[in-house]
Amino acid sequence: MTDLAHIRNFSIVAHIDHGKSTLADRLIQETGTVKERDMQAQLLDSMDIERERGITIKANTVRIDYTADNGETYVLNLIDTPGHVDFAYEVSRSMRAVEGSLLVVDSSQGVEAQTLANVYHAMEADHEIVPVLNKIDLPASDCDRVAEQIEDVIGIDASGAIQVSAKTGQGIHETLEAIVHELPAPTGTRDAPLKAMLVDSWYDSYLGVIVLVRIMDGVLKKGERIKMLSNGSVHHVDRIGVFRPEMQVIDELGPGEIGFLTASIKQVRDTRVGDTITHEKKGTTDALPGFKPAQPVVFCGLFPVDSAEFEDLRDAIEKLALNDASFSYEMETSAALGFGFRCGFLGLLHLEVIRDRIEREYDIELITTAPSVVYHIYMRDGTMTELHNPADMPDLTHVDHLEEPRIKATILVPDEYLGDVLKLCQDRRGLQMDLTYAGSRAMAVYDLPLNEVVFDFYDRLKSVTKGYASFDYQMTGYREDNLVKMSVLVNDEPVDALSMMVHRDRAEARGRAMVEKLKDLIPRHMFKIPIQAAIGGKVIARETLSAMRKDVTAKCYGGDATRKRKLLDKQKKGKKKMRQFGKVDIPQEAFISALKMDS
Amino acid sequence: MAEDWKNGGFGLYVHWPFCQAKCPYCDFNSHVAREIDETVWIRAYLSEIERVAGETPDRLLNSIFFGGGTPSLMHPDTVAAVIEAARLHWTFANDIEITLEANPGSAEAGRFLGYRDAGVNRVSMGFQAMNDADLKRLGRIHSVNDALSAFDVARSCFDRVSFDLIYARQDQTLQAWESELEKALNLSVDHLSLYQLTVEDGTAFGDRYAAGKLRGLPDDDRAADMYLLTQDICDSYDMPAYEISNHARLGTESRHNLIYWKYGDYAGIGPGAHGRLTLNGKRFATECPKLPAAWIERTSAGNGESVRTQVSPSEQSEEYIMMGLRLAEGLDIDRYTQLSGKPLPNDKLIYLQDLGMVSLSGATMKATRKGQPVLNAIIRELLAD
Ligand SMILES: Nc1nc2c(ncn2[C@@H]2O[C@H](COP(=O)(O)OP(=O)(O)OP(=O)(O)O)[C@@H](O)[C@H]2O)c(=O)[nH]1
Ligand SMILES: C[S@@+](CC[C@H](N)C(=O)[O-])C[C@H]1O[C@@H](n2cnc3c(N)ncnc32)[C@H](O)[C@@H]1O
Ligand code: SF4
Ligand SMILES: [Mg+2]
Repeated sequence: MTDLAHIRNFSIVAHIDHGKSTLADRLIQETGTVKERDMQAQLLDSMDIERERGITIKANTVRIDYTADNGETYVLNLIDTPGHVDFAYEVSRSMRAVEGSLLVVDSSQGVEAQTLANVYHAMEADHEIVPVLNKIDLPASDCDRVAEQIEDVIGIDASGAIQVSAKTGQGIHETLEAIVHELPAPTGTRDAPLKAMLVDSWYDSYLGVIVLVRIMDGVLKKGERIKMLSNGSVHHVDRIGVFRPEMQVIDELGPGEIGFLTASIKQVRDTRVGDTITHEKKGTTDALPGFKPAQPVVFCGLFPVDSAEFEDLRDAIEKLALNDASFSYEMETSAALGFGFRCGFLGLLHLEVIRDRIEREYDIELITTAPSVVYHIYMRDGTMTELHNPADMPDLTHVDHLEEPRIKATILVPDEYLGDVLKLCQDRRGLQMDLTYAGSRAMAVYDLPLNEVVFDFYDRLKSVTKGYASFDYQMTGYREDNLVKMSVLVNDEPVDALSMMVHRDRAEARGRAMVEKLKDLIPRHMFKIPIQAAIGGKVIARETLSAMRKDVTAKCYGGDATRKRKLLDKQKKGKKKMRQFGKVDIPQEAFISALKMDS
Repeated sequence: MAEDWKNGGFGLYVHWPFCQAKCPYCDFNSHVAREIDETVWIRAYLSEIERVAGETPDRLLNSIFFGGGTPSLMHPDTVAAVIEAARLHWTFANDIEITLEANPGSAEAGRFLGYRDAGVNRVSMGFQAMNDADLKRLGRIHSVNDALSAFDVARSCFDRVSFDLIYARQDQTLQAWESELEKALNLSVDHLSLYQLTVEDGTAFGDRYAAGKLRGLPDDDRAADMYLLTQDICDSYDMPAYEISNHARLGTESRHNLIYWKYGDYAGIGPGAHGRLTLNGKRFATECPKLPAAWIERTSAGNGESVRTQVSPSEQSEEYIMMGLRLAEGLDIDRYTQLSGKPLPNDKLIYLQDLGMVSLSGATMKATRKGQPVLNAIIRELLAD
């Protein structure tokens, strides 16, 4: 156990791709925590999907030992956090476990939306913040400008900002010194009853549930019986350790320390992040404030392409949910798609990540239905129900009014693109709340309906600003609006998986965009197919997909009938990737692509 | 054997895998070689004939087809040796058809007499286009004039002459195709193969297409219009399509190809050749290795075949549909039912009839004129699980 004065706990936060994980690599390397030959880039991004996409999804904790210039050895616990807005929850809860943050800013890019968002989280958590200007090896790096921006936009002192290249290792030593000298040591009392914060938990197939804890007061030892304050459940601690970054078993964890415990807990669901852990006997009764649980904000249906794989899908979803408390699911049946699950996600990237993992790790092909946000339906009788699926929209005669979730969006963008950004926000029913300038960058704050944002807002924003805008949002609440359910009819049959909620004023435009898209996405059939969007019984947009005219093999290839049979098998497989609605085959990707709007 | 007539009979396919140059659109098993020792090839073909005939001793041979590649590069003596060996091992039908594919160059024409003397009685010539600019774009090494003189020689040597054209080419208008086709029909030809250009993976055209550099190809709608125009014109010249891409005056259809489409038996010898053989009541698919050297090596070890798999009755039923529906005369539904053990789903038949894609009379099912250009979709529908 380390005395408090020699512990520093901090998170590394930044906008996406500003170099958090690479900086963590250098800190790990410089302190010799990992042997040189075991080192690899973004060491902490260990999931396949993280490595493939080059992003961090899950926060990671590492304990490193650092002997400072003053000759003293410190224990540093660093938490590398994700940058993408969908995983903001991971960042804010990580911050609760530490006393300071390294605020990394790419010095060739400057302050971005998540830079701001993270600073606010850090301030809320009363953190000491050390600004780090990264990527100084790049020709476009401009530390003076970015330091000034940090002072102007964020309002924190950037005079002591450390100039770093996480790529070359320049400035890493200075960063370590700053951690030791500028971040506060944790506080806590060794003799007090045990009070530990349950920071995170996940499922490991060998060890069962692993719980990440931060000790506030007292000492936690192997073999002790612990109690979760939220529900009083008691567990026997069978292992205690720290991450370096692989697991290393130790005897005890004292105040200020961060580490893990295992206690034969079967399901992640039996643990609650933010909970207070204490001893069964002579424990504390004084609970920590806890975290707000992460609420899924985007819902969609996941159905197996091959309906025989439903049970496999259930298995996959249950396993993934074990590790991801922010992902919710319940069974759903659809007239056209059969059995599947209605799943809730933190955002679209989260959705994509889960879908990818199911498809790849469990080898199940999926049909994803139109993502939807959660509406509040107020009925005539005064009750309120949540609508997770537009297909479940009750009969209008019973409905008094609908409310939709709104967000506060913060967008940072170079001046020259501001016009396009304002137009985009306007088009998406946004209300401007604030518009300020810092140098040549504007910061626009908008109140927007979440349903206009979840789907493709970020893609559109990137494209109208050539990638120069950054974006962050927070949920703010619900508001009534004129919302209607738009259904889609293909060959005169309604396709429930394509129905969606829209604002009445935008219905025609969305309907038109939708039927045009579907016309391109559905392959031609032997007959012509009307594609319509409708509200109630009223058709608001219509396209006709003309009949297929040519699909025949010209040559005969000697007697190679096998070749023909292979072709047929291939076509049959292709057909399996589609779903039949009446006589029409709709390809699986149509369900998501049809919703992307081009403007 | 008693039912041979119903299945179109029994044929022998002989593959010659060499060409003078590789055409950029072609994905047939063809190779360009500098020197070919034909004695080696004669030996190989003869040993294969002996082997296959050993398994099918008493069958009546209705056709031999020399395909390629460019079989008109073979020495007439080689062709003669193959035909002689076949005659020795099988019984020839009185009206046996012996076809040789020929490229329409002057060198080939010089060998036509020799082929006739060897026993060939039909040639199929690869004209491909009736204008020089397009012949160039197709990478052909002959001109229209070369083709026409070769055609004259062919006419004087053989009773039956056919040629191939490729249409729906880059930048080809309906009018241009119409006049090319009429030019072709005005030659005294009794059989025409009219193929729409197919861009095949793994060919030079395929690569160019993938890179977005093969421009001016017709879209599906225009290709369909071209197909329908082709049918109209050929009908008016009394050369109706008896198969999707093949036209003939009544009675001059290629008997060899009819064996394929009627799903009869055929032995396939030579590199990459395929066969379908009924042996002891079971049906087999045979295949030879595609590389010439690999095939030669196998034959010298006694067996040129590299694959022989049994085709289950239900697979046969699928193949029968895929081949048979290509014929204008249609196919026999009862034969399908017999093979697959279950009838074609009635709802699908009604559905396809309602759409005007197929017609049924008695046990005969045909693709209609409307259905022919979308035959793959019809087959998909009929055979979907
Ligand atoms: N030139 C240069 N590139 C860097 C530096 N630091 C990071 N990078 C690169 O920037 C990209 C993003 O780095 P990461 O470390 O994955 O960024 P991150 O902030 O962890 O990203 P998220 O976890 O997705 O938010 C990678 O391609 C790194 O190689 C640097 O100092 N110089
Ligand atoms: C085996 S090939 C060739 C015969 C001979 N070597 C020749 O080229 O004249 C048979 C016919 O298939 C046709 N063919 C080959 N490749 C084709 C393609 N990609 N698209 C359409 N027809 C093709 C040509 O008309 C060719 O004549
Ligand atoms: S089209 Fe004929 S000549 Fe050209 S490569 Fe193919 S087989 Fe040989
Ligand atoms: Mg990262």
